[in-house]
Amino acid sequence: MHFIHKYGSPNYFYQWSGTWLKILSALTLILMALGLYWALIISPPDYQQSETVRIMYIHVPSAWMSMFTYVVMASAGVVAMIWRIKVAEIVVAQSAIIGASFTLLALVTGMLWGKPMWGAYWVWDARLTSELVLLFLYVGVLAIYSAYEDPRTGAKAASILAIVGVINIPIIHYSVEWWNTLHQGPTVTKFDSPSAPLSMLTPLFIMFFAFKTYFFALLFARTRNALLSRERHTSWVQEILEK
Amino acid sequence: MGARDPGEIVVQEFFHMDGYAFYVWGSYAIVSAVLLLNVISIRLQRRKILRELAELSEEE
Amino acid sequence: MTPKRKQRMIFVIVLVVGFGAATALALFAFQSNLLYFYSPSQIEAGEVATDQMFRLGGLVVEGSVARHADGVTTSFDLTDTADSITVSYTGLLPDLFREGQGIVAQGKINTDGVFIAQEVLAKHDENYMPPELAEALQAAGGSHPESIPKTQ
Repeated sequence: MHFIHKYGSPNYFYQWSGTWLKILSALTLILMALGLYWALIISPPDYQQSETVRIMYIHVPSAWMSMFTYVVMASAGVVAMIWRIKVAEIVVAQSAIIGASFTLLALVTGMLWGKPMWGAYWVWDARLTSELVLLFLYVGVLAIYSAYEDPRTGAKAASILAIVGVINIPIIHYSVEWWNTLHQGPTVTKFDSPSAPLSMLTPLFIMFFAFKTYFFALLFARTRNALLSRERHTSWVQEILEK
Repeated sequence: MGARDPGEIVVQEFFHMDGYAFYVWGSYAIVSAVLLLNVISIRLQRRKILRELAELSEEE
Repeated sequence: MTPKRKQRMIFVIVLVVGFGAATALALFAFQSNLLYFYSPSQIEAGEVATDQMFRLGGLVVEGSVARHADGVTTSFDLTDTADSITVSYTGLLPDLFREGQGIVAQGKINTDGVFIAQEVLAKHDENYMPPELAEALQAAGGSHPESIPKTQ
């Protein structure tokens, strides 16, 4: 478990994340531009949903990332709880902010698709409700984190909620299979035969990778900021400033 | 009404989105806004922290 | 791993397992409350108190859609391939409403056994394709892919 301490040391993390931040930012710009062009211009309308199918290219990546971010946050919570790594504690709080914005986007874009297609902005089926619970979990983690004056104590308490809440992730994913819902079942994760043509899967995957690189770029940038602020009296921060 | 340029019609159709313009463009607008706000807030935060750190080292 | 860390790891595992088990039990207990709609078979089997409002889900039977003379009332049959129930609805239908499509209607069954809907929502299936491909498929003798709403 030596690597946890090595990559998690504030000084070393700041160094390696700086290089990655540049690569990820450039990748995000390229993928976003390509993805938007493909999603809005190249890809065809759907035979049932017409042009509203284009909402899917941002709705589905937002929803996937809202769950992926939670797993990252909960994993950081485990590392923070067991190894008391400062960087992991910061990652818990920072990914909660990013995760909350992905969840919000998934909900809002879903509503904007639901109104013209289903006939309602919102329904209380298992999928929509469990995704809303996810938003509350993120907000709860943030609230607990900021409720303590000492950020390390706050991170410890917030990590417990983050870890416990991970149970909601399989519930969101399987809600459409376990219960009757208005929300449709999975299209892409039926790996044997995804029920969408390549002309629609391509922009979806480009956008998905764009969202993913965006997430890591954002997470690194936020964590670096928090580290600089938190470690301002240490020698490594002084050295960076002198450069 | 004069004859219209076919390119103009294509552009109009693009913005019209088969009557779903509000929903499609609304979704894209909100997603762009939130993604950009995240980036801007980090930039501002970084600038503020660096300024604070500079003041701190001057005091010493 | 130090004994202290081992202790914390056990705490994390107990936390996750304990909470997971509690959630699973709760979901199992409220299983029926989590269903967004019931199928015609479940109604026939008497699983739902039909004197109350509930949601009915199924596929619109091809050729069963009839518009009434008043211009705003529509009636159609909903099926889960085993049983079917006639639905009557006064109001604007969602854009995705069409024959063969999954529909969820909220309302009550009247004395004639007709489901009087107050709200009709369209359920989209998981299939996506461009219109040209859908037309080509139909021309080739196949039908549109349909999803049959699950029943439990």
